[in-house]
Amino acid sequence: MKIPADLRYAESHEWVRVEDDGVVVGVTDFAQDEMGDIVFAELPTIGAEYEKGEGMAVIESVKAVSDIYAPIGGKVVAINESLNDSPELVNDDCYGEGWLVKLAPSNSEELNTLLSAAEYGTQLESEA
Amino acid sequence: MSPRKEFPLLMERGAPGRRAYLLPDLDVPAQPLKDLIPGEYLREEPAPIPELSELEVARHFVGLSRRNHGVDVGFYPLGSCTMKYNPKVNEDLASLAGFANLHPYQPEETVQGALQLMYELEQHLCEIAGLHRATLTPAAGAHGELTGLMLIKAYHHSLGQDERDEIIIPDAAHGTNPASAAMCGYKVVEVPSNERGGVSVKDLERLVGPKTAGLMLTNPNTLGLFDEEILAITDMVRAAGGLLYYDGANANAILGKCRPGDMGFDIVHFNLHKTFSTPHGGGGPGSGPIAVRDMLVPFLPTPVVEKREDRRASYFLDYDRPSAIGKIKGFYGNFLVMVRAYAYIRTMGPEGLRQASEDAVLSANYLMERLREFYHLPYPRICMHEFVLSASRQKALGVAAQDVAKRLLDYGIHAPTVYFPLIVEEALMIEPTETEPKAVLDEFIDIMAAIAKEAEESPEQLKTAPHYTVVGRLDETRAARHPVLRWRGAVEGDTTRDGR
Repeated sequence: MKIPADLRYAESHEWVRVEDDGVVVGVTDFAQDEMGDIVFAELPTIGAEYEKGEGMAVIESVKAVSDIYAPIGGKVVAINESLNDSPELVNDDCYGEGWLVKLAPSNSEELNTLLSAAEYGTQLESEA
Repeated sequence: MSPRKEFPLLMERGAPGRRAYLLPDLDVPAQPLKDLIPGEYLREEPAPIPELSELEVARHFVGLSRRNHGVDVGFYPLGSCTMKYNPKVNEDLASLAGFANLHPYQPEETVQGALQLMYELEQHLCEIAGLHRATLTPAAGAHGELTGLMLIKAYHHSLGQDERDEIIIPDAAHGTNPASAAMCGYKVVEVPSNERGGVSVKDLERLVGPKTAGLMLTNPNTLGLFDEEILAITDMVRAAGGLLYYDGANANAILGKCRPGDMGFDIVHFNLHKTFSTPHGGGGPGSGPIAVRDMLVPFLPTPVVEKREDRRASYFLDYDRPSAIGKIKGFYGNFLVMVRAYAYIRTMGPEGLRQASEDAVLSANYLMERLREFYHLPYPRICMHEFVLSASRQKALGVAAQDVAKRLLDYGIHAPTVYFPLIVEEALMIEPTETEPKAVLDEFIDIMAAIAKEAEESPEQLKTAPHYTVVGRLDETRAARHPVLRWRGAVEGDTTRDGR
């Protein structure tokens, strides 16, 4: 189970990467593996605003439909359009090509509430 | 080309000019189509309708039916769907001309028999539910759910309590429950299950309040377990001012044993196609009547069948219902499905229905006790009409619940419900129903044991199953990602072919 050290994590299995013009959000390797083959990703519209913990996207797999929660509050500045045609990118490359949403954080302080890779790893172990 | 697997569509069969009928010559002058229908509505090119002989049509559909699986062909332990055998006498009665040839616009006095049947079916369902009146119009279980929720809304509205906008639903619920609640404009509040598989009363206590419009519950629930705290649950919701909705999907476990009305429920839907032996055929027609407690009767959708007690009893459709939520379906629902359910209830009688539930529960417990040797049983309690195993032991060997399900097809058995309920990992939900003899159950046990052994010794055999069906393992993921929705999409430049 890959947990890149340079990312931050939410307990609800989203990852966050801080970039110059916003934060990129996706789902973790554990999440994509649990969901199984993903067949559809319903992403938010650009400009939509979410609070931390609010459902902002829906991922449908062959097994189930899962909500994806905003790991921090913010405004959607970009979405991964390639998922419309190739939802499998979330399975194949969840930390890269399979990213979901880019947010402009409403309060950068919230980034400090996220887990480190080590902390997220501990959470997965305790859930197993 | 493989001779066994090729199965052309009707569109790919036939030839121009081929036909299955010869009409007599017209004995009136022919009218040009354009004189009868405005030109803007006329096609410029003929519709691509296949032209076939009767023999071709017969072979096509008989061929398809031979590739199909149904309860008339083999065991069908599809949990939560109650795939019991439907006695053929139901079909005989539903095809009587006096039922089958009715027209919905016929005058009331010419359809007294049909109205009497609906009236009596409503009474029987109310007795089974322990409630006061019912509507037969919903066309499916989920339609019944939506209707029931609309009644809840109308009821709270009549009391000036529109702020009640939350429906509480357990995490083990059928997916239709939250979908129906959301469709009716409610917020869905999820209540977790406790370690015994019932509703966590402690959590429910925290969730009920002045915003609660109602609770939707299936009992026995989707784990096949009867909630031991049902009275505490319904009391708590009622005390908070909410109504109680009973999802009757699992009613096959309780007929004549206990009644949802006595458990404290105010609205009950029945799936006639599950509990009362009407066909599940091909997505319809279904029927999901709901029975309600007296305070909800004024809101029932129009029309309801009423009895006039003159010198001679007669029946009529009452549309004069000012508080009704309106009409929820064209005419009166799927009438011929009601005929089948009525025939079933009347041929079984109260004793027969009770026996059906007892046998359904006995069969499920027998299977559960024998199969727990081979598969993990996450909630080891006496079950009702169905139970949920987990293929977690097999998963550790690299074999998933879906591989077990696919392998069953090789043995001529329909797969159980898999990956549901969501609270059980690698779930296999098994419902044998009361209509299978013990010999079939024993054969199923042997097959499930053989599959568990295969998971240990030759897992590849399972992961590539089925091997003996008309088609092998289908790529379900690709079918969902890139569905081909149109046969005629093969036309060049048509981008609708892969569903985009």
